[in-house]
Amino acid sequence: MDPRLVQLAYLVSAVLFILGLKGLTRPRSAVRGNLLGACGLLVAVVVTLFGAGLDYRLIVGGLVVGTVIGAVFAIRVQMTEMPQMVALFNGFGGAASTLVAGANLVQTDSFGADTLVATALSGMIGAVTFSGSLIAWGKLKEFRQLEEIRIPAQQIVNALLVLSCVGLTVFMANGDGSTMTVVAYWGISALALLLGVTLVVSIGGADMPVVIALLNSYSGLAAAATGFVLSNTVLIISGSLVGASGLILTRIMCVAMNRSLPNVLFGTMGSSGSTLNADDVYANVKSTSAEEVAMLLEVANRVVIVPGYGMAVAQAQHTVSDLRKILVARQVEVDFAIHPVAGRMPGHMNVLLAEANVPYEALREMDEINPTMEQADVTIVLGANDVVNPLARTDPQSAIAGMPIIDADKSRTVIVIKRSLSPGFAKIPNPLFAAENTLMLFEDGRKAIQDIINALNES
Amino acid sequence: MNFLLATEPVAKLVETSTEAASTSADTVMLLLTVFVLAVFIGVEVITKIPPTLHTPLMSGSNAISGIALVGAVLAAGSGDSMLPKILGCVAVTLATINVVGGFMVTHRMLGMFRRKD
Repeated sequence: MDPRLVQLAYLVSAVLFILGLKGLTRPRSAVRGNLLGACGLLVAVVVTLFGAGLDYRLIVGGLVVGTVIGAVFAIRVQMTEMPQMVALFNGFGGAASTLVAGANLVQTDSFGADTLVATALSGMIGAVTFSGSLIAWGKLKEFRQLEEIRIPAQQIVNALLVLSCVGLTVFMANGDGSTMTVVAYWGISALALLLGVTLVVSIGGADMPVVIALLNSYSGLAAAATGFVLSNTVLIISGSLVGASGLILTRIMCVAMNRSLPNVLFGTMGSSGSTLNADDVYANVKSTSAEEVAMLLEVANRVVIVPGYGMAVAQAQHTVSDLRKILVARQVEVDFAIHPVAGRMPGHMNVLLAEANVPYEALREMDEINPTMEQADVTIVLGANDVVNPLARTDPQSAIAGMPIIDADKSRTVIVIKRSLSPGFAKIPNPLFAAENTLMLFEDGRKAIQDIINALNES
Repeated sequence: MNFLLATEPVAKLVETSTEAASTSADTVMLLLTVFVLAVFIGVEVITKIPPTLHTPLMSGSNAISGIALVGAVLAAGSGDSMLPKILGCVAVTLATINVVGGFMVTHRMLGMFRRKD
């Protein structure tokens, strides 16, 4: 095939990717956007398959196996497990980039310094993405062993690993494609694998949205670096689109926690100067029953539900959706207040509630709903903690000082559904639980909501 | 393998003439230009995506980053030595999982966001 035709096809697929992402700006056009993106990829792959005289045996095998595994994943995965799946897929993308750059290093006969630096970068970013994603996946799966791993002098270890990678990259750039260059490449990749582990292993649960978004960005950058290795524009364009997307999400997540990216990656949470004692804070906690909550809901005009990761853990999204339907049928206005970092990945709550048939119009962003929280008769906090902690506003010494929160405390009555008074990720007590207008319902999220529904139906 | 800009084995040319060295530099600069401009397009488009769709955005863009599949196909299908072909084949498998799984799960998720009554 004429190389220019191949280039033209790559251009078409790059345009399809951009249109596809544009489609994702509105729920109504999003399905079409995703399909456009898929078409873009199909065009790029088909043209590559027929663009050069290739030996198809290994390719077809890989394509078939990959398609089957990918499809099974996509069909089987539960919506609560989306963060794990995205983490895993990020890793696969990264690994593919490392392998491609490595294979090219053996096959090619062009050893310009620029190509070699791009190869080194591709290996490094790809390997960090791969091992970092696997660790993130394990953390999301809540493997205990991972929680116990502590890396001594972590910052120094990270710095040494990065410096060694840079050193080997410089060595490679002056190389001539001999065996030593290849060895240096795999050395970089191995060190980067370690780096991915040391970077991610100490980052905790509630910071996972940032990590996943960042790894998402890395998987794109790895593909872009591979694009530089192969002088392939479609890899560069789509890689940089994904890189940009991941970086934007990372930034949004950091802003929503009032923390800088280095603080999330290297900082330790909870080491604040605050002296609040949990026993003092929780001296006047009032607990309640499902029946009492049902009575409050019966006379309410406006109800706000604040979901958090606990809702996902309890698989309570369908029950909550049922509660909403019952209340809406009784002319109650029901909104969901979604904090940007609620859950384990950006948009996690929205997907769960969409799965449970809650219309997206009922899902309100934090900035949109906060000014109206005073008009809420009842606010139900379900499995959220730090994102409704008023200390963020009042205590400048607190670990979460300055973090934007959902102003649940401003509504007339707050119901907090939680199994115990255990702290959230920030490991600080939450005065909201003991506030005068707060009632605690100590119960598993799904069971509590079901009990409330039963009580509502009986009355 | 390098379709773009007729990058003949650039390094060989570099070794033989200074004129060719500038060709290589041009190629890199052009690729860099493409990269930077694409980042800007990405930022412009993606900033407009509402938080409701951030998870589908992640899984969808994740699928797009499986574009490394193109490189993997080239690696698995060309050359004579076995090792790079096997590396390429593994890369094809991993990237395909990424692509197929990513787009399919995004499709499934977006189906849930359809307007409901």
